[in-house]
Amino acid sequence: MNVIETHAVSKSYGSTRALRDCTVAIPDGHVVALVGPNGAGKSTLLNLVVGLVTPTKGELTVLGGRRAGSLPALDGIAFVAQDTPVYKNLSAADLLHMTRNLNRRFDQHYAKRRLGELGIPLRQKAGKMSGGQQAQLALTMALARRPRLLVLDEPMAMLDPLARHDFMATVMTAVADDEISVVLSSHVLAELERVADYLVLVSQGSVQVAGEVDDLLAHHRVLTGPARESDRYKWNVVHASRAASQAHLLVRWDGSADPTPPGWHEHPLTLEELSLAYLREPSAAALPGPARAPLDRTEHAK
Amino acid sequence: MYVDKDNSEAAHQPTSPIEFRLDAGSGVPTYLQLVHQVEHALRLGYLLPGDQLPKVRDVVAELAINPNTVLKAYKELETKGLTAGRPGQGTFIEGTLGQVTLPDLTDLRRSLVSWVASADAAGLDEDGIAALVANVLRDFRERRGSAEGRRHSAPRREAGGAA
Repeated sequence: MNVIETHAVSKSYGSTRALRDCTVAIPDGHVVALVGPNGAGKSTLLNLVVGLVTPTKGELTVLGGRRAGSLPALDGIAFVAQDTPVYKNLSAADLLHMTRNLNRRFDQHYAKRRLGELGIPLRQKAGKMSGGQQAQLALTMALARRPRLLVLDEPMAMLDPLARHDFMATVMTAVADDEISVVLSSHVLAELERVADYLVLVSQGSVQVAGEVDDLLAHHRVLTGPARESDRYKWNVVHASRAASQAHLLVRWDGSADPTPPGWHEHPLTLEELSLAYLREPSAAALPGPARAPLDRTEHAK
Repeated sequence: MYVDKDNSEAAHQPTSPIEFRLDAGSGVPTYLQLVHQVEHALRLGYLLPGDQLPKVRDVVAELAINPNTVLKAYKELETKGLTAGRPGQGTFIEGTLGQVTLPDLTDLRRSLVSWVASADAAGLDEDGIAALVANVLRDFRERRGSAEGRRHSAPRREAGGAA
């Protein structure tokens, strides 16, 4: 089952094209990092998934073929918007009461237990809580809906490191307990490294990289060697940095035996390095299935 | 909709003799760090056959990492013959690594300390010592590897009856 499936989805706001021909299929059971520079279309994609906006063109389904925004789709999805907003003048108890009455399914017992564990008093007004507590409150209300897909848009941007850790621990515990799928967007790559097992990289309104993190890392290498030889081999170079004598090439490995030639060293790379390399080269793509964007190498030799 | 198997909130005493920690700057993949820590604990006697590894949920709540990462580490340990999963209970230590008794270990440590002292006296600094040890280890492994045949796997011994 695919938790999210889009076919050539475009979304325009007036004359601004936020997404163009976006096609991606994300299988369930993953913690998906949605990564991209500011304005790449991350929030637009998430808003489409949760049904807050509708596509200008194309088709988008969630949770195995349910039309995004339809009632069966909404029942299975919980969403925490950017900066984890809560009504500041309401107490935690009032917010729970309201959320329960606005949703077809709401696990009051879970919500109260969770807030108890976090030490958040039910009578306290949300506006009087710390940023970390407000974020946990918003997250608790989302999880109490018992979703199959949890969507988080830049959830940790405003949080201090400890609050970030606690927030992520809550999300990961929900994944362990209930086997939910999670999609979270962020431009802070480092904080996703430990949690994400699936990467979707968006830039300039389309999906540039999509795949399981382990697969992506296994199929990319950094090669270091003499700069004058760097064009001699038939490598699929994503990003190259060359100095007078030494070159570092981030290459995509298609799995075929391709031993490192003498004089070259290969290093494994991290999710952050991989993402940065693709972000620097918007025309390179790593997508499952037939490659869509033809790789234009000529303009990379900067 | 989904019934939690271990909903025993009261039972919050630690079930495992060890706890994991992560080294963010090491560059070693998270699941491998967990594998290494279990192997390390086995070598040093913190973990014995019959001991339980931390529950997946507890590791996830403590370290804020993806549960699949913990599962991957535990699967790797099982493949190495060091642990076994018991349905509904958790993952338990089955094998041992390098069966060295504590007195043996103390002796080995003492002779290593005196070797390090002589290396230091000869003018080798810490990095030099580490490099030399790594080098000798590699040579030793290669020589033993070629003696035993192409592939040398970790000792996989069924250690029963010790607990």
